[in-house]
Amino acid sequence: MTDPRPPQLRRTPLTGVHERLGATLTGFAGWLMPLRYGSETAEHNAVRTAAGLFDLSHMGEITVTGPGAAAALDYALVGEPSALAPGRARYTMICAEDGGILDDLIVYRLAGDEFLIVANAANTGVVFGALTERAGTTAQVTDRTADYALIALQGPNATAILTQLTDADLAAVRYYASYPATVAGREILLARTGYTGEDGFELFTRPQDAEPVWEALMAAGAAHGLVPAGLAARDTLRLEAGMPLYGNELGPDVTPFDAGLGRVVKLGKPGDFVGRAALERRAKAEPQRELVGLASRSRRVPRHGYTVLWDGTACGKVTSGAPSPTLGRPIAMAYVAAKVAAKAREAGQDGEPARLAVDIRGSAVPADLVSLPFYRRRA
Amino acid sequence: MTVPDELYYTREHEWVAVDGPTASVGITDHAQQALGDVVYVSAPAPGSKVTAGEPCGEVESTKSVSDLFAPVDGEVTQVNPEVEENPGLVNADPYGAGWLFRVALPGEGELPSGLLSAAEYSELIASEEPAE
Repeated sequence: MTDPRPPQLRRTPLTGVHERLGATLTGFAGWLMPLRYGSETAEHNAVRTAAGLFDLSHMGEITVTGPGAAAALDYALVGEPSALAPGRARYTMICAEDGGILDDLIVYRLAGDEFLIVANAANTGVVFGALTERAGTTAQVTDRTADYALIALQGPNATAILTQLTDADLAAVRYYASYPATVAGREILLARTGYTGEDGFELFTRPQDAEPVWEALMAAGAAHGLVPAGLAARDTLRLEAGMPLYGNELGPDVTPFDAGLGRVVKLGKPGDFVGRAALERRAKAEPQRELVGLASRSRRVPRHGYTVLWDGTACGKVTSGAPSPTLGRPIAMAYVAAKVAAKAREAGQDGEPARLAVDIRGSAVPADLVSLPFYRRRA
Repeated sequence: MTVPDELYYTREHEWVAVDGPTASVGITDHAQQALGDVVYVSAPAPGSKVTAGEPCGEVESTKSVSDLFAPVDGEVTQVNPEVEENPGLVNADPYGAGWLFRVALPGEGELPSGLLSAAEYSELIASEEPAE
């Protein structure tokens, strides 16, 4: 007999807050997370026009420390963390020997010999295992996920909200930078990062500080249109911003080059790193497929796994798709044959009968190729 | 979660309101909450015949798409034009302005035997609530 009950889902330090807010909770990568609090479209629009507050405590935090930490990470990751100044952060990836992506990461250099790596919840175990093995005895690798809550404050009003709760000079916190700060009287790590396409901050707090910091932010945000926002809004926000999601655009059968993110692979760095040989070959090869943006001409939504058609013939697969609240039509990212992508760009489809389409449950629904990202905030 | 007493329900979360020879059909409050924001509804065309228990359209939300099942046999007489224009009505007022289509029932307005009462439907959704 198998146990019919779902495995126990982990709660974050903020799950009780979400329950009190009446959130719809969902299992996500082994965690019980808020999918939405009310209308996910309203949450999405709030982040674009005002601000949203997200619980991201399911994300994995792994520290790599010691005098050998920088060199260990240069070997373990495709980026070059040793080149980061303390206080700066970088988007990077960890790849397998064959160049396939094990996860996409943000690496923060907190101090000369102290790095914080943020991994996707579903991959934290894999990343921790790979880092431990790759670092060997040269650095200390520790899974600190349970020691941190992570709260993201995102949207054009984020600075106006946060500034009420801290003496930190927020104007001095650059994009992809982090530093220790006091927010609502609690010691936190404050980073200017996000996954929504908006300006904003991510706050790493101790678990016991998560709720007071969340409540202080909600109170400070009341006059600035701040709303709690769930994973559903987070997904449509990142899709509009053209940001890849592991398991959709990224996976072990995808290299950073396939995903159009070859820039994160620092082939010029000295020394070997895991995946170098395969990625060097891939960098020189003619790309077979390309990650593109599609906009549907119908209200039916192209979704993950649907086939992309060119003149009725299969030419690729949708990796993510959703109705776009900002654009007012369904959008998608898809891997399509590189030759088709070139032809579609040449055709400049708008107005023409679309040769590009998505097979939506048996009918070919016309789509237009659009450049990524779908949405870019005004600076 | 609202489950009006005067309606009939399906196991697939449609509701039926019977008014003489005509049945109005929509999706339940429970269904719209589970789906999230409805962005598109494909209802059966007026004049088409639907068969109880068979898929007859689709309800598309931000996160997913679900089949719409015909709760009754009959000929579709009307599709709600306001939902076509504003699918969010399905979320805002699932039993009222968010109705989806109307069917002319065969014979003397007969209903199929498999429909649930409000009490039976309430029991069904209570048993489907995820255990936490």
